[in-house]
Amino acid sequence: MRIRDGVRRLFRLPLRTHSAIEADADEELSTFLAERVDDLVAHGMSREDARVEAVRRLGASIDDAAASLHHSALERERRMRLRDMLSDVRQDLRYAIRTLRRDAGFTTFAIIIIGLGVGASATVFSVASALLLRPLPFTNPDRLVWIQNGDEPGLSTQTVQVDPYLSLARQNRSFAEIAGYMAFYGVGDVKLTSATDAIRLSAVPVTQNFFPLLGVRPVIGRNFTAEESACNGPPAVLISHALWERRFAADPHIVGTPITLSGQSTMVIGVLPASFDFGSVFAPGARIDLYTPFPLTPETNRQGNTLAMIGRLRPGVTLAMANAELKALSPRITSEHPHENGLFASATTLRDHVSDRARVGLLVLMFAVGVVMLIVCANLSNLLLARATTRQKEMAIRAALGAGRRRLLRQMLTESVVLALAGAAVGLVLALIGTRAIAHLDAVSLPLLGNVGVDGWALVFTILLAVGAGLAFGSVPAMQISDSGVHAALKASGRSATEGLRGQWVRRSLVVAEVALACVLLVASGLLIRSFLKVLDVDLGFRPEHVVAVRVDPDEGTFKTRLQVVAYVNEVLRLTRQIPGVSSATIADGLPLGSNRSWGVAVGGAEYVKDKWETGFIRVATDGFVPTMGMRVIEGRDLSPDDGEKNEPVVVINQTAATKLWPGKPALGKLLKVGNADRRVVGIVGDVRHLAVEEKAGNEIYLSLRQVFDFSSLTLVVRTTLEPTSLARTLRTTLAPVVPKLATNEVQTLQGAVDRATSPRRFVTALLGGFSIFALCLALLGIYGVISYTVTHRRQEIGVRIALGASARQVQGRIIRETVELALAGIVLGTLGSWIAARTLSGFLFGVTAADPLTYAAMVVLLSIVAVGSGYLPARRASRIDPIVALRES
Amino acid sequence: MALLKGTLDVLVLKTLSWGPMHGFEITRWLETRSNGRLDITDAALLQALHRLEAKGLLTAEWGVTKNERRARYYKLTSTGRAQLRADSAALIDQFEAMTSVLTARSA
Repeated sequence: MRIRDGVRRLFRLPLRTHSAIEADADEELSTFLAERVDDLVAHGMSREDARVEAVRRLGASIDDAAASLHHSALERERRMRLRDMLSDVRQDLRYAIRTLRRDAGFTTFAIIIIGLGVGASATVFSVASALLLRPLPFTNPDRLVWIQNGDEPGLSTQTVQVDPYLSLARQNRSFAEIAGYMAFYGVGDVKLTSATDAIRLSAVPVTQNFFPLLGVRPVIGRNFTAEESACNGPPAVLISHALWERRFAADPHIVGTPITLSGQSTMVIGVLPASFDFGSVFAPGARIDLYTPFPLTPETNRQGNTLAMIGRLRPGVTLAMANAELKALSPRITSEHPHENGLFASATTLRDHVSDRARVGLLVLMFAVGVVMLIVCANLSNLLLARATTRQKEMAIRAALGAGRRRLLRQMLTESVVLALAGAAVGLVLALIGTRAIAHLDAVSLPLLGNVGVDGWALVFTILLAVGAGLAFGSVPAMQISDSGVHAALKASGRSATEGLRGQWVRRSLVVAEVALACVLLVASGLLIRSFLKVLDVDLGFRPEHVVAVRVDPDEGTFKTRLQVVAYVNEVLRLTRQIPGVSSATIADGLPLGSNRSWGVAVGGAEYVKDKWETGFIRVATDGFVPTMGMRVIEGRDLSPDDGEKNEPVVVINQTAATKLWPGKPALGKLLKVGNADRRVVGIVGDVRHLAVEEKAGNEIYLSLRQVFDFSSLTLVVRTTLEPTSLARTLRTTLAPVVPKLATNEVQTLQGAVDRATSPRRFVTALLGGFSIFALCLALLGIYGVISYTVTHRRQEIGVRIALGASARQVQGRIIRETVELALAGIVLGTLGSWIAARTLSGFLFGVTAADPLTYAAMVVLLSIVAVGSGYLPARRASRIDPIVALRES
Repeated sequence: MALLKGTLDVLVLKTLSWGPMHGFEITRWLETRSNGRLDITDAALLQALHRLEAKGLLTAEWGVTKNERRARYYKLTSTGRAQLRADSAALIDQFEAMTSVLTARSA
């Protein structure tokens, strides 16, 4: 029997094969010819002649005609199948949208949940793609490397001295070019003076080939010339696009005009493109306004380790080859320069160098959104499952009317994918808002944040995620439908028959999974919050509150003699200390958590042996440093105003240095060799966290500013009860006689510096906290949904119990116990999961272990409360069931 | 004279607007109506039927001819009917225009 294709599809019979289609075409042709011959014979032709005539009218040989008919018949089948499929999809879509619209409450709720989940995922994806996927904004960025000189903490040990740098640049075969920038630039080092005011800007000195190596070209003007890059060459500066717009109103004529920088007339030679943001790549959170040439001369060589290096690999050279060469070359160059610091160069890709700092945090966040998405899916599966049970009859009727099981399955999946895509649209809007907010987080020192935005990749990711999630949360209820069987569903009359044990089991396991996943997130965020609190609790060694700092560097060339410098310092301190509300003041070359530099130090009298000395972090300060910073003197005294050139060279060291240099012996009164001079240790002070809040101190060496004139900046630090802004105003007028144009835009608080140092941790912790609150809400909803569903579907059973004399309390107790059982199962699983997940988090933990009992206990208590709370409402409803009404319902 | 391009489909649709027919019946009908003036090869007609079916303008069903042979009977679908209306109106319009051009006398 031949059956129409549509009928075949309806009954899921196999579709016709190629040969069957060809046979059909053959039969059609032969019938046609036979009919033609019959017709011709009927009109009086002989049968022989009629055959010849029939072929003539065919217009081709029989074989040719058959071949082309085969072709057109196959083509016809193909196209019709495609059309059937498309019309099925269209029908599914129309049906899905109609169904979803009918159940507006459910649909809205589902779209919101998915929207939040997808929004969070897309936002984190955008951050990750800016950091890990998108190329750095340079020419051929995958050939760029970061060359580090050793891997100890502190800038001095990672940078290189000029002469070894030049040797390396000359001798290597791996790099097309090596360039560098001066790593010890200070934020706010440069003062830009105009006719009316002065502002502090940050300038980075770079080697002449720095911008050409990166492939960054000024949008207006040019790069530095060799002459400008020589020692004492004509002063020239490149300005950032942001500064150009902010300060010079984007005036193109600024190029070629001199501006006054730190009292020196300097030519603006170009404006860099807006896409170039030094801070986002090399110094997250810093805003760099100016770039000056860094001369590679004996003068700069004398400054010690100064240059941070980048390189561009030659074509065909791999990172491993470059590293092998650097390893072989480093000792040779070190021995060529016996009087300079050693070279221990190694290279990593610039991309890795940039993203390394944020990688752990990002992984944590990606993991968190993954978990959130899983919870969203579990929740929606459960909601759909609940709907599916009530829709079982509808499905059964559709099946009876001829819809195949596969078709019904597809219908269900279409519904969930439509739902997910609608949610994704909401999520995309949320992601746009989220990424915009993140891109403007200036206070967070994470690299490349300014580049964060929803791009094509994020769009693709969002759509894939939505479709995947839709299939994931739709498949569970879809399976349920097709398994339960048409007949059973149609026969079932009462409510009690609609859900088997298996259905219940699936719903319950989904809730358990949800609780378990929420558990993992709660523990992770709990651990991070505890770490964050511990970080805030860290004894910094100084008290940052009520400390205000402002730069007071004299303009270049203002003072000719050291005596004048000392007089200036004395006068600034004297005037400042007179201000009411100022309890103490000091002048230093830097603040903790700011830049750092280190020298070799040794116990007095020791011969200098290269690379054998202890490393000491150098600070130059005046008297009042210890009380102003809120540090502790442990032994001896603070630096004093009398520690001048005429008196004995002195040094104050921290506890770590004292015990490391003179283990087991008193350090006070001993001699310490710092910077080629023996200095008397006059004081020992408490350790200060100056590299990072989470990092312990190294050897800290405090030198008297009146004895050591080697400093690159002067910061006035004031401990005061005044508001920073009002103090700045007062300082401006009070110091007017000695500092004519005090730049007050860079008044910073020490608390601000501490906050900035902890900002990446705060960022990750806040996001994760938000995610876990969302997860907790979803878990709550999940439990509530399942329990109230159970109550509704067991009305009769509960009615019987009440009729038989069960008290309201007993009924409530039963329901609540069921809730707690579910929650406990989730918590047990979740605790195991958290324990595994938390260990991967360990890199981000501070002061707590991955198995912190307090965090786990808090999580268990919180989840239990939430579980009982979400079970309470349905339990109360159960206890109020009227047995007569309930029993009559059947 | 050879058939103008694209007119075969319209002619087939028109034929089938009279009711379901199999391939040869369609040819026969066309030959009768045009008094044999239309030059359509049978192979081209059969292919046209497949093409129109693929486009969803026709559906086909197996049936038995008066001479007891199995043949595919073609029927116009509603989209086919709409297509016929649109195409025949356009064709007639075009032929009228051509007629008035070709029969024009100098003004």
